[in-house]
Amino acid sequence: MIDLAIIGAGPAGLSAAIEARKLGLSVTLLDEQPTPGGQIYRNITLPRSPRSEAVLGPDYTAGRPLAEAFLASGATYQPRATVWQIGPEGLSFTGPGGGDLAVKRILVATGAMERPFAVPGWTLPGVMTAGAAQILLKTSGVVAEDAVFIGSGPLLYLVACQYLAAGARIAAILDTTPPGALRAALPDLPAALRQPGLLWKGAKLLARLRTSRVPFYRGVTDVVLEGEGALSAVRWRAGGRDHALATKAAFLHHGVIPNPNMTMAARAAHHWDGAQAAWVVDRDAAGRTSLPWLWVAGDGGGIAGAKAAALSGQIAAEALARDLGRAVPEDRALRRALRAETAARPFLDRLYRPAPAFLAPKRDETILCRCEEVTRGALAKAVAEGCPGPNQFKAFTRAGMGPCQGRMCGATITQVFADLTGQSPAEIGYYRIRMPVKPVTLAEIAGLPAALASKSEVPQP
Amino acid sequence: MFRPLEPAVQTVTVTLDGQPVQLPEGQNLASALLTAGFTPFRTTPVSGAPRVPYCMMGVCFDCLVVIDGAPNRQSCLELVREGMTIARQQGAAGVAA
Repeated sequence: MIDLAIIGAGPAGLSAAIEARKLGLSVTLLDEQPTPGGQIYRNITLPRSPRSEAVLGPDYTAGRPLAEAFLASGATYQPRATVWQIGPEGLSFTGPGGGDLAVKRILVATGAMERPFAVPGWTLPGVMTAGAAQILLKTSGVVAEDAVFIGSGPLLYLVACQYLAAGARIAAILDTTPPGALRAALPDLPAALRQPGLLWKGAKLLARLRTSRVPFYRGVTDVVLEGEGALSAVRWRAGGRDHALATKAAFLHHGVIPNPNMTMAARAAHHWDGAQAAWVVDRDAAGRTSLPWLWVAGDGGGIAGAKAAALSGQIAAEALARDLGRAVPEDRALRRALRAETAARPFLDRLYRPAPAFLAPKRDETILCRCEEVTRGALAKAVAEGCPGPNQFKAFTRAGMGPCQGRMCGATITQVFADLTGQSPAEIGYYRIRMPVKPVTLAEIAGLPAALASKSEVPQP
Repeated sequence: MFRPLEPAVQTVTVTLDGQPVQLPEGQNLASALLTAGFTPFRTTPVSGAPRVPYCMMGVCFDCLVVIDGAPNRQSCLELVREGMTIARQQGAAGVAA
């Protein structure tokens, strides 16, 4: 039986695999992508031109040694693997070499996803996340000309700067950071000053954008994306006036939140984190969840960025080795380093917290559930008819029951219920997530090899 | 609308909605399709609304296409391969006959 299965090949997973192998554990790492790196270091092992390296910047290329050390670590690597079920006995996955794996411990390092940015028209072709824009750059060196960047937070500013470095034209930046956000975040600034490098980096990004000739609007509200069959314009309010701009591409960003489906489906305990405005798995300093066989590392356990993710992966691997009976002393330096790496988090979380009207959209025509096209108006109607929460709402409308399994709508649905009922998001709760955590076919569940999946080849009794 | 910063090193022939098309070999499929101007990737089961990739990382499921006859493939998790057949997914995925 394998000691440790790690799900996710981002910095947390890679770092945990390297450390676990050093400590003598048998490790299998599974990841959906064809190559390691997760999203932050996506495509890091592939050859890249000097121009591309310059555009993406040193924080990206810093991930290369981690991926290379992982590939040399002796861990079994299962790329293109979709883990659809986890439990105390092991896990099940589809993809090349897919099947069941008996393992003693599972470390979920599936990371973060973009916070849903539900505004009218956000489902139109031409609208993507800022993260998607960066992935297009990382995987394919592709840019969209004359795009509008909308939202707030470090990733939005970083991708916009990468676009400038690539020589791509940006039509406008619509910064939704509310007026007064900096003032509200000031109490957390002293702690953040323990990470001066990070703050300095952020200040430089903003300065680069302000000194570029890209139109930069602040305090943006009431964003509406318009078009017939595809995006053609964006409207917004800023400075007390209405604005509009023709555009075929818009990149949205309001921070990232943990992707909770794997840990929620496993029935680990979760809590509502008010500071991050997100549901987060309960975990101790080493990454143990409420389930003894299930551990978590990286942004999947709370947003803290790539360097913190790598440290938390190392810490988790060390604690897992101890848990499995290896005599491994606790490395206090690692824990101190992790604390130092997360010092600025409360400040950033408060500064870039989306305004209430973005967290809980007010316009009835806004699609909340993209898969099933359920609007905010349908939710308001259900609440008026007595629907008490997201799980009952599934029965009213199928919201949350599409292929994304609530990843794109859960956060917003919880917030709108809270907004309409006066309860807190913690009281409202979240969709009850179940295995399989990604769609699988009946043939895959039944364990039939793909070749037998067609009717004519199924053995008759 | 989407343009590559550098020209593709090597292209291969794939079949896209019945037509032969040259795409960069080994590139992320969703990104190659976007750059080639393929739109929409799918139409929704509920209203037939057009969709293209939103998140590019396997979370949103808007990039679903039919690859070599298999529906519900997340094109953002696939790579361009010589000879692959890609088709727009219209509405809900069909069950194999």
